[in-house]
Amino acid sequence: MAATLAGTGTKSRITRLAGALVARLGDRLPFLVAAVALALSLALPYWHMTLRAPQYPGGLRVVIYLTHLAGDVQEVNGLNHYIGMMKLEEAAVFERAIAPYGVAGLALLALLAGIVRRRWTALLALLVVVFPLVFVADLQYWLWYFGHHLDPHAALSSAIRPFTPPALGTGRVGQFVVEARFGPGLYLAFLAALSALWGIVTRLRGPAQRG
Amino acid sequence: MSENRDRPGTPLGQRKVSRRGLLGAAAGVSAGALLASCSVFQRGEEGPKLGAAADEIIKQRQLTAEDVTAALMTYVPSGKYDEYLMFSSTGHGGQVLVHGLPSMRLLKVIGVFTPEPWQGYGYGGSTNEVLEGGYFHGKPILWGDTHHPALSETNGEYDGQFLFINDKANGRIAVVDLRDFETKQIIKNPLLVNEHGGCFVTPNTEYVLEADQYSVPLGGVYAPITEYKEKYRGVLTFWKFDRQKGHIVPEESFAIETPPYWHDLADAGKGPSYGWAFWNSINTELAIPGIAEGRPAMEIAVSQRDMDYLHVVNWKKAEELVAAGKFETINGFRVIRMDVAAKEGVLFLIPEPKSPHGVDVTPGGDYIVVAGKLDPHVTVYSFAKIQQAIQAGNWDTDEYGIPVLPFEQCVEAQVELGLGPLHTQFDDQGYAYTSLFLDSAVAKWALGKPYRDDGWKLVEKLPVQYNIGHLAAVEGDTTKPAGRFLVVHNKWSVDRYASLGPLLPQNAQLVSIAPDQPMRVLYDCPIGIGEPHYAQIIKRERIKAWEIYPEVGWNPHTQSVDPNAVLKVGEERIERRGRTVEIWGVVLRSQIRPDLIEVEQGDEVIWHLTNIERAKDATHGFALGGYNINLSLEPGETQTIRFVADIPGTFPFYCTEFCSALHLEMMGYFLVKPT
Repeated sequence: MAATLAGTGTKSRITRLAGALVARLGDRLPFLVAAVALALSLALPYWHMTLRAPQYPGGLRVVIYLTHLAGDVQEVNGLNHYIGMMKLEEAAVFERAIAPYGVAGLALLALLAGIVRRRWTALLALLVVVFPLVFVADLQYWLWYFGHHLDPHAALSSAIRPFTPPALGTGRVGQFVVEARFGPGLYLAFLAALSALWGIVTRLRGPAQRG
Repeated sequence: MSENRDRPGTPLGQRKVSRRGLLGAAAGVSAGALLASCSVFQRGEEGPKLGAAADEIIKQRQLTAEDVTAALMTYVPSGKYDEYLMFSSTGHGGQVLVHGLPSMRLLKVIGVFTPEPWQGYGYGGSTNEVLEGGYFHGKPILWGDTHHPALSETNGEYDGQFLFINDKANGRIAVVDLRDFETKQIIKNPLLVNEHGGCFVTPNTEYVLEADQYSVPLGGVYAPITEYKEKYRGVLTFWKFDRQKGHIVPEESFAIETPPYWHDLADAGKGPSYGWAFWNSINTELAIPGIAEGRPAMEIAVSQRDMDYLHVVNWKKAEELVAAGKFETINGFRVIRMDVAAKEGVLFLIPEPKSPHGVDVTPGGDYIVVAGKLDPHVTVYSFAKIQQAIQAGNWDTDEYGIPVLPFEQCVEAQVELGLGPLHTQFDDQGYAYTSLFLDSAVAKWALGKPYRDDGWKLVEKLPVQYNIGHLAAVEGDTTKPAGRFLVVHNKWSVDRYASLGPLLPQNAQLVSIAPDQPMRVLYDCPIGIGEPHYAQIIKRERIKAWEIYPEVGWNPHTQSVDPNAVLKVGEERIERRGRTVEIWGVVLRSQIRPDLIEVEQGDEVIWHLTNIERAKDATHGFALGGYNINLSLEPGETQTIRFVADIPGTFPFYCTEFCSALHLEMMGYFLVKPT
């Protein structure tokens, strides 16, 4: 009996403390979560594409990170040259070059919003919210660009019309079935966006503060 | 066993079978067949038509129950792998074959002593250097008589890393690296011309064993045949193998001189007999040819004595003698003279009946089994008894002063098997299998203790078709035989296949040696590319072959990245220095770059080609017609060809592997301007 009482007491104390902590962190925690998620996302794939054809029983995979490409890039480039497509590494060169600084900057903005409880820091964190949308839009642009800038002199140019490979979902190019999926990095960026959005709303609704 | 099975050894029943009879037979064959047959019929129950469909096929093809169970035991469905790989020699085809078991599908022909254009073996590039390693006094030898493949071993088990194979005709051995299944080295034995007692490896592949067959004076120099006894000699060679380099190192190898007895097969001791090696011999009569001179034919003269000599060699001791400098250097090779070998306890002889062929050490290393060839027995020597006889020291010597241990003191048992016993393999149940050439049969017999209590006894004989030479059981000459299957290599096929002219294929037969079952022939596999003498069968998973070369620019000859490799498209180039034109090129789907080369007649051409592909199976050929050049450039591989452009004209070059949809377009021109 005594043990139960004591147990309940401990539990309620923990709950109370946690409550207090959440209250204190209420408009800080979402920004901190966003900062961590963004930083982590730098190390994870944002997008990947699997190409399946009879002669590739295991499929070919291209994995896009914010900073680099991985997987069967050389093989896919080799195949793409038959339809006159540019090399994958020629896409988004500028974006990839600035990505580490850009995302680090966004993570710092989120961190700033988490530390400095001001409205203006929260508003700056809006950039974190729009970031994954910008990524998807840019991806879509490059997919369109690649599919619409085929070398007219390529061997199979007459066999293929301009096309846009799917950014998400399944498409078909020649004998290849192409499956495109978002990667864990992009999901983290979405998580960061939602988390930041929550933080922004919480802060804007909260008691008026300076700035 | 079902009533459909006839006595083992008689032709299989021809009676067509009911489904019930079929099931009965299927159930009895082995666990593997049982599972296979059950799954077929279970599927039949799910899809109700299969039972009837199977019956229909059986009826149409007039199959017996044995046929159907054999098919179920050997069929490997499309896309599935075989469980075992068999490496066999091809006799005077000069190559090595790789078959999958139990399907017996031919998976690969490895070019070894004979140029093989599909692999680009011997048609330009570093493979020419490998073949040149086996030239005889500078004379090109572009074939071989491969007999006995030996897989490298670790602790007496196959480790799947290397394969060694001998060339009886020219006294050479070759090293195949099982990372890429390519021949890396051919080496000529500088002491002998003709050999047979190789290749066999010591339990950790410290040495590869090779011995002469037809004796010659050491180094193969001239001596009149009438001086056979005095001048001709036998040679037992211990080739040192450097696993790191993947090469045999002649400077660290040595040989033991013997009397000019013809050495036949060999085996290395293991377990208790580790450090020892055993060779059979024939022609201890010291017969020489000369029919016109009134001498009997060799086949008669060599078969006069009832006993020849088993050679028992302490190679650990021999190593010590070599280290202590007790050798002579002959033709650049270290040789322990036979008087030294006799005096120092390195070489002993034991009588053995009669002109024997195989000498095979039992899995535990405790017995040595000699197959009598002209004697119907296998003679089993006990290694422990041999050691006691050596300790006892009451031996005679042969006429060369080599100790001859008393036969009775060394023999454990003799088992009468039949006519023409040649070669023995072992399973995991304590049985031995010996080929009987004259009987055209396999004898299954029980080993004695510690293997079995009912030992030293013939169990069963299975007729095979026809004139069996060697046989190979799964890992059947290692410390851990795996049983289940035996492949018999028959010299004659006579009536087994459709007539294809007077040169008939050899007949390899897959035999089931499942425990507690009679042996039975499951499958006939014609070999139309040479005569497999011996074979070894290894579990597939022991072999870890590369799917592509580890890095772009890989030189398979050095097993490292070639300094002349071109790693990227766009970095290819042509340089002219005086009369030398050097080309650094790449191949990829579907281009050979550069694709236009113009030289002047008489220019020396050095042409480096790198396949920069990283996709499995994206191999490109490179053929230059008119200049006898054809390379196989596997993904990542770099090769260098050198030749003098001595024929003026216009020479298209192209990719010989159908690599892609634009394979035909993968070409270029090599123009040689006349001077």
